Amino acid sequence: MMDPNALTIALSKGRILKDTLPLLASAGIELLEDPDKTRKLILDTNREDVKIVVVRATDVPTYVQHGAASIGVAGKDVLMEHGAAGLYEPLDLHIAQCRLMLAGRPGQQPDPQQRLRIATKFVNITQNYFAQQGRQVEIIKLYGSMELAPLVGLADYIVDLVDTGNTLKANGLEPLELITPISSRLIVNQAAMKMRHRTIQNLIEGLRDAVTPATT
Amino acid sequence: MTDINRWLLPDGLEEALPDAARRLESLRRRVLDQFDTWGYDLVMPPLAEYLESLLTGAGHALDLQTFKLTDQLTGRMMGVRADLTPQVARIDAHRLRVEGPNRLCYVGSALRTRADEWSGSRSPLQAGAELFGHDGLDSDLEIICLMLATLSVCGVTQPSMDLGHVGIYRALARDAGLDATQEQAFFDQLQRKSVPEIDETLAAWQAAGMDTAACARLRRLVDLNGDAGVLDMARTALAGAPAEIEAALDHLQAVVTRLQASEPGLDLHLDLAELRGYAYHTGLVFAAFVPGSGQAIARGGRYNEIGRVFGRARAATGFSTDLRTFVRGETARAADLSARQSVRAPAADDAALEAVIADLRARGVRVVRELDGQELESPLGARLERRDGEWTVVEY
Repeated sequence: MMDPNALTIALSKGRILKDTLPLLASAGIELLEDPDKTRKLILDTNREDVKIVVVRATDVPTYVQHGAASIGVAGKDVLMEHGAAGLYEPLDLHIAQCRLMLAGRPGQQPDPQQRLRIATKFVNITQNYFAQQGRQVEIIKLYGSMELAPLVGLADYIVDLVDTGNTLKANGLEPLELITPISSRLIVNQAAMKMRHRTIQNLIEGLRDAVTPATT
Repeated sequence: MTDINRWLLPDGLEEALPDAARRLESLRRRVLDQFDTWGYDLVMPPLAEYLESLLTGAGHALDLQTFKLTDQLTGRMMGVRADLTPQVARIDAHRLRVEGPNRLCYVGSALRTRADEWSGSRSPLQAGAELFGHDGLDSDLEIICLMLATLSVCGVTQPSMDLGHVGIYRALARDAGLDATQEQAFFDQLQRKSVPEIDETLAAWQAAGMDTAACARLRRLVDLNGDAGVLDMARTALAGAPAEIEAALDHLQAVVTRLQASEPGLDLHLDLAELRGYAYHTGLVFAAFVPGSGQAIARGGRYNEIGRVFGRARAATGFSTDLRTFVRGETARAADLSARQSVRAPAADDAALEAVIADLRARGVRVVRELDGQELESPLGARLERRDGEWTVVEY
């Protein structure tokens, strides 16, 4: 069991962890171990009262909602797809930036009589996006290699995260519509924000100071 | 359905096994006894009602949460209650027609279409108290103190209290001239304290010609949370706002001062952007939090308008909680868990024994009869045995 008084921060492995650590460091929180070398899931920091847990990106909001972690860093895509009920998202960390886009084959003109088929892992976001435009689409849930779907005739378009656009280009696809720009947000458990206001507010301020130079 | 999963309960519906049931019932009795000593009359609203009365003024969220069925007698739609508060408000406004203050309380199961995000329960055992017919500091404080006393009965002695006032956002939104869609969109961003989205929204509105000062005040709302010092910050930050905001801040200040005096050591937190139950609340809102629970364990607030649709607008404030919260996990362990002791009585045909058993039961002792041919269970505990011609309780 972890110390219930410790402030637990949930991060996901990979880009978010790598980009968040420098921000945390400038807010005065540093890891005692190299996350790439250890197999531990709960990591100690230079502050006795702060622990970091490393979980799957899509699990971060769940940990924070239930209060298993007081704070987390999650991509806006995950928050939009998962739903952010019971969470505060007070800060845009401007890291792990990319775009959520509709993509397809260039010059493609799908039959307007037919219902469009969209392959994506972002089922809820895609549904909302097309519903807002009054377009009825059929959504095909995939877990990866979205780019394949239009090529083999599984779907007309895909909705996916686009960073450089190279994967799309390599597969003969092009980005068509920007659905929303994505970056990582700091998320905070509501109850923790109320019960440990000073500690968490200090951390938010520290991170805000660390983020600001990057945005100017 | 195969034989294997015939025992399966629907998601979010719970049964209470003997230990939990005993704790839950004991809690229910103690909570109701306490309501009674505070002068609250018990009411028992029906399990289902016509939708019009069940959902009036309650907002879209409760509509989605309500299971609906057709009344086979009239063809009208009925709903199974998802929240008992509107029912109690209807009882006060329409059935009782008391002039002046009226205090009502209730305990009952509700049924919801969707599990809440945390406990996963779709069937809370909702307990609450409502005070009708008084609009002001005294009734607000009475309900807050009763909520704290109820939590204390449930074994929660040091909750954190969160206070807010929905009148502040409502006035700011009106001042900025937000339409219903804009008000809802901004409300959603405020609930998530999503500063990036709020900045974006306000920049767009301002570009569309919205008053700069009004926008700036909306922006500051999201930062107005923390200890009681927030109220002073708010007076500066919201300067130039409509007068009713000043009144709301004064009201909050008075609540804080009185609470600090009557409940010294209570951990108070203010959040002016906290808009729980915005659809029907009209004034002070409050909630109690404990460590280890990611969401509020009890909540309430003022809802002055709800009686209007039943023919009589009545000032109203109240709170409610789910009693099942307190027999679950950590909080349960703190409560009294001692199992009930019982006395075993032999299966003998003897009038004297019957009299002794009846006497013991009348005094509240739990007497369990052994049945003829029953294997003797573990000899531990107490048993009625004949000693020197008298039936006496022998402890093993």
